Amino acid sequence: MTMTERELHVSKIERGTVVDHITAGQALNVLRLLDIDGRRGEVVSVAMNVPSERTGSKDVVKVQNRELSQDELDVLSLIAPDATVNIIRAFEVAEKHVVERPERVVGVLSCPNSACITNTDEPVKTRFTVLDDGVRCEFCGTIVREAITDLLSS
Amino acid sequence: MRQQLISTRDLPRGEIEAVLDRAAEIDADPGAWYGTHAGQLLGLLFYEPSTRTRLSFEAAIKRLGGDTVNLGAVEASSVAKGETLADTARMVAGYADALVLRHPREGAAAMVSEFVDVPLINAGDGAGQHPSQTLLDLYTIREHAGLDDLDIGIMGDLKYGRTVHSLANALTTFGARQYFISPPSLALPDSVRYDLDQAGADVSQHAELEAVLDDLDVLYVTRIQRERFPDENEYQAVAGHYRIDADLLSTGPPDLKVMHPLPRVDEIAPDVDETDHAIYFDQARNGVPVRMALLDLLL
Repeated sequence: MTMTERELHVSKIERGTVVDHITAGQALNVLRLLDIDGRRGEVVSVAMNVPSERTGSKDVVKVQNRELSQDELDVLSLIAPDATVNIIRAFEVAEKHVVERPERVVGVLSCPNSACITNTDEPVKTRFTVLDDGVRCEFCGTIVREAITDLLSS
Repeated sequence: MRQQLISTRDLPRGEIEAVLDRAAEIDADPGAWYGTHAGQLLGLLFYEPSTRTRLSFEAAIKRLGGDTVNLGAVEASSVAKGETLADTARMVAGYADALVLRHPREGAAAMVSEFVDVPLINAGDGAGQHPSQTLLDLYTIREHAGLDDLDIGIMGDLKYGRTVHSLANALTTFGARQYFISPPSLALPDSVRYDLDQAGADVSQHAELEAVLDDLDVLYVTRIQRERFPDENEYQAVAGHYRIDADLLSTGPPDLKVMHPLPRVDEIAPDVDETDHAIYFDQARNGVPVRMALLDLLL
């Protein structure tokens, strides 16, 4: 692989999404959260622990041919509250978004309480209310403040 | 009155008082209420053992003139074939005018509420909530000690005790001072503490009953559940520490009332039964008028 090709993949995409300012170390969780595993053929670039003036270090994720929805951006805020999202079209930044904490997340996290009704075969999606410092299961009331990425269902 | 009683979280004081007031009317003249709900059917879905709750709901609907359709033993129903709770509840909701659900999973009633459009009462969801027990607890407290300016000790298994979780939330709406007495391993769960903090509840935690006994109007005792302890010796040490008897109570306020959701094992000695402190059998009896009132308002 030549240097030019590598730079093309890492630094510029024709169409897709760039998630910048991800909390350092969370890039792989961001991919997991967005259910991006490369199996659909999309080109995915991940940069971890990139020096950042604002936060010291950060992670960056670029996904070709995929535009993230507002719902996906909101869920992203749970693990990367400072992330910025650029939607790229024709090599240009077409839209810029800052993630916002949603009021609730549905069907994304699993409840850590093994006695919760959502951890059964019942036909129900998990639902969490987003608190200032964590998330709360709307069925059993369990509050999670740390290691939220451990609850990612996928 | 809302159509569903799932939790005491966010249950307004006005709605609680409406049930208690109606229960008092029923208690004063039970005969006047016989037959007022003739022909109405209450669906009983008990996935866990129950004596008081199930019997008092049955007595309540029958005294109102209605009847029950009862899922009965889970082993003898389609549940044993693997039918989901959601499907079973939807099916029984088609046969009955209201449902009462007890289930070992936390959040079971909250889930079922999304599948049925008849009134639904949570009669216990694992270690979650037991709101109709709270209504009869509050009714009993109001009768014997009053709900205003109340100092109440809540002792025992505060972590897994669903009656405690429901009661603590509801007492907060009455501005009660709540003293929680338990070993650290059985203290209130984070989620209940969060609700109490959010609601600005007046609460304190203690390891010893003696530290607060003199301040109490009511002592609410719960069973420490043997099955929660991996080690029998550890259970015995903890359980023995939170056992009360007439001698101990004689050192506290003479008007102190002792409550217990029952069943008890040995956390209240039998010699307390004959004292004026004991109101737990009256508390159990109140299950019928309070559940009559609840059904009357829901149906």
